[in-house]
Amino acid sequence: MKIIILGAGQVGSTVAQSLSGEANEITVVDRMPGLLKELQDRLDIRTVVGQASHPDVLIEAGIEDADLILAVTNSDETNMVACQIAHSMFHTPTRLARVRAPDYLVHPELFVPDAVPVDVLISPEELVTTFVQHLIEQPGALQILDFLDKRVQLVALCAENGGPLVGKQLRNLGYRLPKVELRVVAIFRRDRAIVPDGETVIEADDEIFFLASRRDIHAVVAAFRPIDKPYRRIIIAGGGNIGKRLAEMLESRYRVKIVERDAKRCRNLAASLRRTIVLHGDASDLSLAKGEGFDQADVYCAVSNDDEVNILSAMLAKRMGVRKSLAIINRSRYVDLVQGSALDIALSPAQITIGAILTHIRRGDFVAVHSLRRGAAEAIEIVAHGDHKTSRVVGRCIDELTLPEGTTVGAIARNAQVIFPQRDTVIESEDHIVVFLADKGKIAEVEKLFQVAVTYI
Amino acid sequence: MWARQGRVRLTFPARPCGTVKPVHWRAITRLFGILLLLYSLSFVPSIGVALLYDDQQWDVFAISLLITACSGALLWLPNFRQKDELSLRDGFVVVTLFWGLLGVVGALPFILGLHLNVTDAVFESVSGFTTTGATVIYGIDQLPYSILYHRQQIQWLGGMGIIVLAIAILPLLGVGGMQLYRAEASGVTKHEKMTPRIAQTARVLWLIYLGLTIACALGFRLAGMSSFDAIGHAFATVATGGFSTHDASIGHFDSPAIELVAIVFMLAGGANFAIHFMAWKRHSLSPYAADPEIRGYAMIFAFGTLFVAASLYWAGAYSGSLESLRHGAFQVASILTSTGFGTATFADWPLHIPLTLVILSFTGGCAGSTAGGIKVLRILLLGKLGFRQLFHLAHPRAISVVKLGNRAVSENVLFSVWGFYVLYIITSLLLTVAMMAAGLDLESAFGAVVATINLLGPGLGEVATNFATVDPVVKWLGVFGMLVGRLEVFTLLILFVPAFWRN
Repeated sequence: MKIIILGAGQVGSTVAQSLSGEANEITVVDRMPGLLKELQDRLDIRTVVGQASHPDVLIEAGIEDADLILAVTNSDETNMVACQIAHSMFHTPTRLARVRAPDYLVHPELFVPDAVPVDVLISPEELVTTFVQHLIEQPGALQILDFLDKRVQLVALCAENGGPLVGKQLRNLGYRLPKVELRVVAIFRRDRAIVPDGETVIEADDEIFFLASRRDIHAVVAAFRPIDKPYRRIIIAGGGNIGKRLAEMLESRYRVKIVERDAKRCRNLAASLRRTIVLHGDASDLSLAKGEGFDQADVYCAVSNDDEVNILSAMLAKRMGVRKSLAIINRSRYVDLVQGSALDIALSPAQITIGAILTHIRRGDFVAVHSLRRGAAEAIEIVAHGDHKTSRVVGRCIDELTLPEGTTVGAIARNAQVIFPQRDTVIESEDHIVVFLADKGKIAEVEKLFQVAVTYI
Repeated sequence: MWARQGRVRLTFPARPCGTVKPVHWRAITRLFGILLLLYSLSFVPSIGVALLYDDQQWDVFAISLLITACSGALLWLPNFRQKDELSLRDGFVVVTLFWGLLGVVGALPFILGLHLNVTDAVFESVSGFTTTGATVIYGIDQLPYSILYHRQQIQWLGGMGIIVLAIAILPLLGVGGMQLYRAEASGVTKHEKMTPRIAQTARVLWLIYLGLTIACALGFRLAGMSSFDAIGHAFATVATGGFSTHDASIGHFDSPAIELVAIVFMLAGGANFAIHFMAWKRHSLSPYAADPEIRGYAMIFAFGTLFVAASLYWAGAYSGSLESLRHGAFQVASILTSTGFGTATFADWPLHIPLTLVILSFTGGCAGSTAGGIKVLRILLLGKLGFRQLFHLAHPRAISVVKLGNRAVSENVLFSVWGFYVLYIITSLLLTVAMMAAGLDLESAFGAVVATINLLGPGLGEVATNFATVDPVVKWLGVFGMLVGRLEVFTLLILFVPAFWRN
């Protein structure tokens, strides 16, 4: 696939990195030669220096036969104009753009082919805030992702001593929660994937992924962990776009304090937030932290745009006694360093965003793609088409599928019904299927499996 | 939002405040010449009333008209060619002189027709133009119809003047509650510009004002007043003035229906006319509900009424809860909007009620209305400022902004509100001291200050209903108090700052 990425910022470069491993031809355009050079040194991609919305720059980047354009420069306007040009001048089939300003986003009628021809709007801030919001609403979970029209959620959690099921076989879950339909799709023990079955014994520190409907999640989480009290007090360190949106989403139900270093920004925050307490100062300033009772907080979210500051202040908060500390970390190397030990949850905005982009790059009818475990694993929602003859999945039961190793079918949506499949569940055409891949490298095989064979038609 | 909106008769070119220019006396004189010529026409309806009721006073108004027109011409003709643009600084002089001069001119019929002395006549006239409603005349019921009409009309014109002053002109001078409605300051409910030019804005506001007056007059007529009383009281109600054509004020009619009409239109007069405009333009009541000041105003009215009614009920001042509620609601509306109509003399009510009403009178109506007092908007902001201080004690490192609705209010505006409050209170205290020095006892002096600076009308003690018996010095202090209250303190007091006059 020929892909043009406009903007070599965090999202742009992470996407480039992720996609360059999948046999795509990628060109990255940016105004800053320095950023591009660094990317080109690491990855097998082409780079073009220039203003991303100028037609001649786009031509140089090869837009004439590109399959997809991804506009993620830091200017909404540049992104929209680039998509407009790609559409009107070059008929680029798929156009994705990042648009941040809520003023644009509240007018969906704007983003149609005759106006601003953007096929998919990407708003990393929104994805990240939703992600964090899920985590806060569900204490104990590490990650929560929506599938099948939000009817089913994929939850990651870390089993802990004291959980009723820890040290027992997984089959006990069924006895414990007889009415709950769920499916454990993967267990990671010391970073190695185990394909779970009834005999698997849960150990402490196992990372467990399961699918269940929203209302059951609390009960399932409680099976693997000692009781998590609901959160009440939230500290947000960093009043940037993410911090602000997070505070807006949370302030009506939680007691939120937000810390920001810039006095002017503080005023701005105070003016637009209703109940949040806006604090001016450094999040790692001990006197501020003590005076405002950070030690009694339930969740500490370090969401400034500086990785090091986020890591350090989240570690500090953890040491002070915050129940759960999470930090936004853009550099993936840091994530491995700190997650689970020094702080509880490391979030990578680019990783969260990339799923939205991958959905449109994959071959096959993908509804959602979520990148998990720093890009190592993936959960996808894919639609099965065809019939028994043309498809290798339709009309077959789960046991008959030649799924690659470490791959699990987690849930199926058939019309209004959600099925947690058994070995003998038969897949029908137009089923939405959630597949969990413990190893992302197997994605090509899954794509192939779901392809409708052209020759049979 | 009102800044630099072109020129009407008053033109305030955008000039940096640093450049101090001498006051353009000749241009101001010319302006007032035109003004007096125009104002002389306002005696024509009174002549008409005099002829209609044949009360032998038409010559009084004819002479007043002549005197006014001649002096207008005398001021205007010599300065005919003066076309200097007025500066911002001239604005303060013009606005203050405007009320002062009209006070004098409006006094002419009282001197000529009722043979009042100058002090009493000017007091009565200024009380009218500032929509205060304090009076020095006894036996109002026996006054000739034309004089009665003149009194009511003065209040109506004063109300008309203050609306344009408050909404269109004072904000240009950087004074008054409505500056809070300017875009950068807060845009409380995202006020759209009413119209781009002052002249047009004034026309629209007057139309609304006229509409309210007509509705009010019809309401009174249907509720049982005579046409003359209905029109006269409508003038004083919408202007939140408080002059009545009877000594017993609204109590004369003793009719719940009339009181209800009066309550509705007093409250309408005390609401921001910019909001009336928006409601009228959008054909919906939602602007009222959305405006934080109107909401505060409604809350104050509701709680004030409940409190006073309950107090009256427990004190047994009236038989039955309904009667208490009726008197409570009327008195609270009348005093909150600084109208000063009475159905009872509140000074005679149980002790804590008069003080409650005095506090309500300091609160006043909304900015951009005909009401007096500190204004609900400022009270809201001051209250929030106080709470913010408490919040800061609990969270020393927190940054918070005072918000009205969802909009942040700038620190500058808060300072100006705070400054206004301090000057208002200090002026009130000093006036009280001065009135005591002039011979009033504490209660009467304080009552007189409340009655005048808040543009209320009735006071406490000796001036509970009438200022006739007090010393002339007290009356002049009252005139000063009324002007201070009407001109939002700053406009008048700045004329006493030497730096203002220094070139």
